[in-house]
Amino acid sequence: MIFGSILPLLLALCLSPLMLGIINKTKAFFAGRQGPPWFQTYYDLRKLLGKDAVYSVTTTWLFRAGPIVGLAAVILATFLVPMGSRPALFGFEGDLVLFAYLLGLMRFFTVLAALDTGSSFEGMGASREVQFSALAEPALFLGLAALAGENHSISLTGVLAGTGPWTWSASGSMVALVLLSFFIVFLAENARIPVDDPNTHLELTMIHEVMVLDHGGPDFAFILYGAALKMWVLGTLLIELAMPVRTGNAWVDTACFLLGMAALAVVVGVVESSMARLRLLRVPQLLVAAGALSALAFIVELI
Amino acid sequence: MVSPVTLNLKNSQAANCSDIPVYPFSAFRDHIITSVKNGAKLSALFGNPVTDQGLQLMSVLSYPESGTLSLLAASVGESYASLTPDCPAAHWFEREIAEQWGVTPLGHPWLKPIRFHQPFGNHANIWGWNPDEAVKPGVTDFFQVKGEEVHEVAVGPIHAGVIEPGHFRFNCHGETVLHLEIALGYQHRGIERALQSGPDKKTLHMMETLAGDTTIGHYTAYCQALEGLSGCAVPPRAQALRAMALELERLANHTGDLGALAGDIGFLPTASFCGRLRGDFLNLTALICGNRFGRDMIRPGGVLFDLEEQRKEKFLGNLENAFRDVKRAAELLWESSSVVSRFEKVGVITREQAVQLGLVGPAARACGLAHDIRCDFPAGAYADFKIPICTQEAGDVNARAYLRWMEIQKSVAYVRTLANALPPGPIRTPAGALPANRVAVSMVEGWRGEICHVAMTDDVGKFHRYKVVDPSFHNWMGLAVAMRQQQISDFPMCNKSFNLSYCGHDL
Repeated sequence: MIFGSILPLLLALCLSPLMLGIINKTKAFFAGRQGPPWFQTYYDLRKLLGKDAVYSVTTTWLFRAGPIVGLAAVILATFLVPMGSRPALFGFEGDLVLFAYLLGLMRFFTVLAALDTGSSFEGMGASREVQFSALAEPALFLGLAALAGENHSISLTGVLAGTGPWTWSASGSMVALVLLSFFIVFLAENARIPVDDPNTHLELTMIHEVMVLDHGGPDFAFILYGAALKMWVLGTLLIELAMPVRTGNAWVDTACFLLGMAALAVVVGVVESSMARLRLLRVPQLLVAAGALSALAFIVELI
Repeated sequence: MVSPVTLNLKNSQAANCSDIPVYPFSAFRDHIITSVKNGAKLSALFGNPVTDQGLQLMSVLSYPESGTLSLLAASVGESYASLTPDCPAAHWFEREIAEQWGVTPLGHPWLKPIRFHQPFGNHANIWGWNPDEAVKPGVTDFFQVKGEEVHEVAVGPIHAGVIEPGHFRFNCHGETVLHLEIALGYQHRGIERALQSGPDKKTLHMMETLAGDTTIGHYTAYCQALEGLSGCAVPPRAQALRAMALELERLANHTGDLGALAGDIGFLPTASFCGRLRGDFLNLTALICGNRFGRDMIRPGGVLFDLEEQRKEKFLGNLENAFRDVKRAAELLWESSSVVSRFEKVGVITREQAVQLGLVGPAARACGLAHDIRCDFPAGAYADFKIPICTQEAGDVNARAYLRWMEIQKSVAYVRTLANALPPGPIRTPAGALPANRVAVSMVEGWRGEICHVAMTDDVGKFHRYKVVDPSFHNWMGLAVAMRQQQISDFPMCNKSFNLSYCGHDL
């Protein structure tokens, strides 16, 4: 049984960098290019771990703590997330809040480390990151609240593993609304198009990337890996809702879940291949829309 | 007041230097200000050292309606009353004059160096630099802002992309840009100084590398000037081949710009296609002359490479293929609402601002100004085969991008027409030696806009002064003005919509 619960964690730790590979391959396919190898993120991580970090003399311990605390927080959050019908490694009533604020802690330390450099670019990125995540948070919480009401539980395992095909037939409209809202939150939190462009080299337009410009070596490996894990855990929320396959056979459920995650990466790649970024002024509108969708779902659930 | 009698020339027509009327400075100043108000364009304003009279200021005003270029000169001492407060188009020129000749324009609102070099000859510099030390580019007193929530962002001179160096100072209130100050000069190679006492073996190579992406444009302007001076008639076939090369340069760069704009906003499809398609147009230039940028294609008196029937077939086929793909990539841009909403109403320049700043090229035509050297001052093939002017009204990034797409269509049609109607005959006639004490103004519509070369010879037929005005020289200030009250995150896109040259400006 312990193995059954450790498996989601192991899969998350091992497979999360692959999602970036799938996204990049999808984008390359649409652009008619070969694209980077599937496992490029793994190669990057290995390369970065073999390097030394360089620290500016103007930075303090905050700058060094940022990537470590960030990675630790997101790994802890991974402990709380179930997979398919397998429960999470840890779970208790109310861990929803812990989950959301572990991701918040990660962001908080990334922002602190960015501000610690004193660079005007990083300050700008930090200000954008904080503004946008403050707008994304209500969407996440209201959506989780709606699901919690449906499943009569306030733990992630209860909410997500408790969702099944029956939830869609019972309150499909509510789940659809939450799903849409979470997808927007997913794109925003993971710095993907239309909110942010992970491929740009233009510091002035960046949100997330610009905050980590001064990190290098193992620190940057932690950031890269932390970002991949964050994409995985937020993706889990989406896939658990969108494809709640509950065959009774945990292995089949897990396989379906992994297929779902791959499909999500492809969808992200397709979105990025087919539309332009929003101008920054428009991003709050999108996030508020996500919040409105979640609020609507919550109201639907109450009724 | 009687307006001064000026020396009026056609594009590339030569005259005696002594025919340039020299007026008292006040009449010179009034004439320029009035003419520019009445629709003339200040194409060049530069210092010309005259042996016994010190420094002369010389102006070239261009009149699009009549197609004339009028020259006028005035002697100045150590200082003169600045034209800029009454004629903002003179702004950058006066800073250049101050830097090159150590002459102070009194009352200039923004008197800072533009290229950061020591003055020509023995002239004293007006900023008190040590004459024995190299001047550091970008070290000057930038405008500053103070207050709550106000901050400055410095970008460059080293950039994240593979682009040229330039320093941008943003004064921001939150995400909003109050003011942008641009410091250039990192690419200054001293070309104008080196051109004096030419032409020599190096002159052509300086022309092709003035701005590497405008090789054909500057080559053509230079050769036109020389041919004007020496009275050499270029064969029609060579004229046609030159025009084809100029349009191919426009096609390659406009296509690349559309791709770069798409890349800046993360719109993958067009960004991916246009990068390759730019290469297809460059390859067409290579098909004619063996070099993708057209280097060594053009010589005074004609061109070095012909396009015979067999290669012409291949050329036309490749042109159609490239155009078909560009059409697809460009149409994708304006069919995507996410792209249009990103481009529209960003970096707006009004028509009035464009006139005041003296913008040129696509940046001006996107504001509704129908100015195009190919139509207003046609030379070579453009005098016989007309090309229509494209304009847009909005003056925003979208207008500048869409204008490029319109010009791509017109240029392809033009190249096709020329290739099919290539006049027979030789491709080069020998250009004679340069006569002494003559002057000629040569204008070419490069892909960025108006290229103006003024060549003046001395007593032995060598260049006494060779003035180069790259279109970027007129337009950098336009970029700064376009950014006011904009989001700082829109700067890269706005910058790309102008796509100005650093080395063409820095010379």
